[in-house]
Amino acid sequence: MFDAVMMKLLGVGVAETLFMTLLSTLLAYAVGLPLGIVMIVTDKNGIRPRPLLNKVLDVIINILRSVPFLILMIVLIPFTRAVAGTTIGPKAAVVSLVVAAAPFIARLVESSIKEVDYGVIEAAQSMGASPMDIVRKVLLPEAKPSLIVGSAIAVTTILSYSAMAGIIGGGGLGAIAINYGYYRYETGIMLVTVALLVIIVQIFQDTGMRLAKKFDKRF
Amino acid sequence: MEKKQTIIELSKLGKVFETKDGSVSALENIDLQIYEGEIFGIIGMSGAGKSTLVRCINFLEKPTSGEVIFNGQGLSKLTEKELRAVRQSMGMIFQQFNLLMQRTALQNVCFPLEIAGVEKAEAKKRAEELLEIVGLSDKKNVYPSQLSGGQKQRVAIARALATKPKVLLCDEATSALDPTTTQAILALIKDINRRLGITIIIITHEMSVIEEICQRVAIIDNSKIAEIGTVEEIFTRPQSAAGRKFFFPGGAKTRELTGEQFIRVVFDGGNAYEPVIANMILECKAPVNILFGDIKNIDDRSFGHLVLQIPDDERTKERIITYLKRKNLAVEEVAGNV
Repeated sequence: MFDAVMMKLLGVGVAETLFMTLLSTLLAYAVGLPLGIVMIVTDKNGIRPRPLLNKVLDVIINILRSVPFLILMIVLIPFTRAVAGTTIGPKAAVVSLVVAAAPFIARLVESSIKEVDYGVIEAAQSMGASPMDIVRKVLLPEAKPSLIVGSAIAVTTILSYSAMAGIIGGGGLGAIAINYGYYRYETGIMLVTVALLVIIVQIFQDTGMRLAKKFDKRF
Repeated sequence: MEKKQTIIELSKLGKVFETKDGSVSALENIDLQIYEGEIFGIIGMSGAGKSTLVRCINFLEKPTSGEVIFNGQGLSKLTEKELRAVRQSMGMIFQQFNLLMQRTALQNVCFPLEIAGVEKAEAKKRAEELLEIVGLSDKKNVYPSQLSGGQKQRVAIARALATKPKVLLCDEATSALDPTTTQAILALIKDINRRLGITIIIITHEMSVIEEICQRVAIIDNSKIAEIGTVEEIFTRPQSAAGRKFFFPGGAKTRELTGEQFIRVVFDGGNAYEPVIANMILECKAPVNILFGDIKNIDDRSFGHLVLQIPDDERTKERIITYLKRKNLAVEEVAGNV
């Protein structure tokens, strides 16, 4: 069962999973991080209150967060084709992963930044800091350890989503688990893919926590 | 005496907060002038509106009526950008210090300079000088979590002074500190006022802070200013109920004192080392009964008052009053209540 071909297949699976996870995380942060910051800044108690904009974004984020990923992937098929040029394989999976993860990341970022003491923001304002200064020099640096912990959560969540993408031909370890483990009853291969996923999650989570601790000067 | 220049003027200042349960008035009709170079205290019970008042001075809270005039400039007419520039000439320190936890002491002091666009090397040099002034040069690379409360407040003071402000606003700056540290921080603030000529506004609920360093004081009570005056004036003769509550805490209650004679002796800055009452007893050869007293020693001068019960004899009374007046003490006869 575990011949050279299978090993190569698993190797490709790991590579595809890592590719999907990391690229999706990166792109989802490119959208989610600014979105989270905008949510904080425009909050009614934020440094630039814009209640209407805040409410609209809030609703959009909630809608995207409430659609189950499996269904979101199917709904997004036309969009995926337009963006990635294909609806199967890791590249196509990245599109849905980004759409699903960005609002999730926005919420993570929002809650991390909310932990920053309001007094510190007020102090910065008393020194003549602009909202941009406050975001760049107060909110993000002060929330950094929490943001790193959040990113470990994000990356592991995206990893598990990427496995789901296997259902509609997304590639990676998830596809192998479904194709071999589920359709062909090869329990051994299923267990190996699960083990590999567990190991990858462990590595991401551990690295995240270690970095967060290293950067946190509060203790 | 040189003419006092007004640096901050509050005129008809009001602040109303809109809440779910209707509007709440935090400040009403505040008129206040703060002179250049003085240490001005604003005292009030919690909830009196003093924190809102100090935030209105640098427009962290926008007043809903009236005006703040800083250096001849009305703040309500300024754009956000102009306001930010003005704030750089008003430093502020807080009860909870509000340091950036992920920056070292030195980086904290550099922070306002970064915002002001000061070049990095120059900012670092200035920050080092400031840490020297507050006595923390050896802690410059330490993070706030490793500093004591007093040290954190010193860093905060250095940070507030970085942009060379004209005014330093202190919002309950010593309320989270123990008495010894409070003394040290107040001494530092006094020193900064003297050396750098910075006007200082101190918000506090502690009488002792006002006594220690303020020249003038405003008592704020129930969103309004109850009275303003020099610390001596208000100390010896508080006019408002709020003032009496602060200066004669618990003591100035009405008391049944009928059938005998009572006088109040007011100490407003005489030599603290002269045993006036003892000498009076010896000289007038009359016993007196001290019923109530509240005397504080400020800079080796006595402030406060004593209520004495004296013999029921007009001539003795005259003698006592004449003696005390000769010692430059104000004396008044009091009847049923103190």
